[in-house]
Amino acid sequence: MEVATGKSILNGIAIGRLKLYRKEGAASSASAALTPQEEWKRFEAARIQAQEQLVALYEKALAEVGEDNAAIFEIHQMMLDDEDYLDAVKGILETQGAAAEYAVTATGENFSAAFAAMDDAYMQARAADVKDISQRVVNILTGKADTCLLGEEPVILVADDLTPSETVQLDKSKLLGFITRYGSANSHTAILARTMNIPALIGVEYDDSWDGRLAVLDGYNHCVYIDPAPDLLTSMEEKQKNDLKHEALLQTLKKKPNVTLDGREIKVYANIGNAGDIGLVLQNDAGGIGLFRSEFLYLESEDFPTEEAQFLVYKRVVETMAGKKVIIRTLDIGADKQAAYFQLDKEENPALGYRAIRICLTRKEIFKQQLRAILRAAAFGTVSIMFPMIISVREVRDAKELLEECKAELREQGVAYGQVEVGIMIETPAAVMIADELAEEVDFFSLGTNDLTQYTLAIDRQNPKLDHFYDPHHPAILRMIRQTVEAGHRHGCWVGICGELGADQTLTETFLRMGLDELSVSPSAVLPLRKRIRSLDLSKEQEA
Amino acid sequence: MKQFQYVITDPIGIHARPAGLLVKAAKALDSTVTVEKVGGKSTVATKLMAVMGLGVKGGDTVTVMVEGGNEEASLQVMEQFFKENL
Repeated sequence: MEVATGKSILNGIAIGRLKLYRKEGAASSASAALTPQEEWKRFEAARIQAQEQLVALYEKALAEVGEDNAAIFEIHQMMLDDEDYLDAVKGILETQGAAAEYAVTATGENFSAAFAAMDDAYMQARAADVKDISQRVVNILTGKADTCLLGEEPVILVADDLTPSETVQLDKSKLLGFITRYGSANSHTAILARTMNIPALIGVEYDDSWDGRLAVLDGYNHCVYIDPAPDLLTSMEEKQKNDLKHEALLQTLKKKPNVTLDGREIKVYANIGNAGDIGLVLQNDAGGIGLFRSEFLYLESEDFPTEEAQFLVYKRVVETMAGKKVIIRTLDIGADKQAAYFQLDKEENPALGYRAIRICLTRKEIFKQQLRAILRAAAFGTVSIMFPMIISVREVRDAKELLEECKAELREQGVAYGQVEVGIMIETPAAVMIADELAEEVDFFSLGTNDLTQYTLAIDRQNPKLDHFYDPHHPAILRMIRQTVEAGHRHGCWVGICGELGADQTLTETFLRMGLDELSVSPSAVLPLRKRIRSLDLSKEQEA
Repeated sequence: MKQFQYVITDPIGIHARPAGLLVKAAKALDSTVTVEKVGGKSTVATKLMAVMGLGVKGGDTVTVMVEGGNEEASLQVMEQFFKENL
């Protein structure tokens, strides 16, 4: 058995034979057999055919991955109509007496190099698109149909890299997963793989001997096993079977609204602890991300993560969600979450100590770095920002003031940013008591029921001896939730829950009756919760 | 020739999608439309990759010029387009 590692794009398991995919290089002969006019005619015919393929691809992508992700193929069509691009091809044909294949490849490389040289990450990524359209035309010219990529038997595809169009055109019934040597987790290809729910690994070093061998692609553990040992194979098959069972539930509930029998709808979002969870969010069809715990960026780091590093992570998540809401909770560190470089003092009572917003409002430079990164990522989708551990109106105002400062700085520096909705976590009894005042300051509330329970019942969650006394259904907690919803709604705030209680199906009906607008739960709990919601009828009396 | 200046409000700037729409809109006019990034490059608005190549970002100012044909009408269409899409 051989093991290779890479970076997983989607948590999932694929078992099957590996198939190596080698792209044809650029047309080797630069000189044409025909006259420039005849080569131009060949090019035009291929271009028209390419346009037709792109129309079909757009339709396919639209149905499979939605309009925002499909739009790229519309852009490809327009690129193939571009005057400068056409002129460049014509120029090479006429001045160099080259074959159309060569002219297209050279033009594609020149234009893509120009995009790659721009000082803008978005435009740099367009270099791949120019190469992609050029490759498409070359394939048609050389008579290499791109649909015959896969054989009869389903396989795990192994390639140096895959373009977005190659990814979408792959026949999904023949594709178990894919492995690439290059490519980034931010690429359209990665995004498409996630959306299409195909297990994939990138950054994997492979060799030609892999072709045709049996393998297990383990997306959970970022690795691939070649010629897997029998017991490993058995356990992986078991794991895959469980995934399939979950998938079956997904298929029946996917794209269905979270609506009760009598028509009350509620949003069901997902909580994530790091950017890698995003695949799970999409697989489970969550309506958005209700809690993005940003502290992992700090905990996984040896030193304060830079604004740029944070921006890239937020941007990836925001782009992948393609317009769906992403609620980023600002740094919630301290108490049980420690990073050495913060050099926090040891405390007698860490849960009641120097943590979360309290650190952020006193070490403003750290906080502002994060706020700037979030604002910049907001330019790429729908982002909300949420402050944790709030106990006073003053804190909310101070945090908002810093947010405005960051916006002003970005404006001044000419850096693009987007508008964000501002909300707070309601996780202290104090916040519940003054919810009316707090609601006037923000757009939404999200109840952090874990801490709210701990602080309300004065029970340390980490002390197992207290389990017997810990009652998350305590009437005090339920009343606090109700009070928060009512106060929020009085002032036009929407109110959600992002704590564990949100996934507690024995309370789903109670939450719906209280008027909660959103429940954010772990990705795997989204569909079971949807099932529960769709079975409830609020017009009937609640059973005791 | 008529012209106007516009400050881009779309945070990503003239990215692929609005650039594509701009090309379409400009091709439909009987005037020649030129877009210039103030302090930067300029191009006719009917060339997609050149428009993207201007590298116009949110907050940048562009000058849009129309020449020939019904300049008054073309100017209005372009002004409307930038307000709605960028």
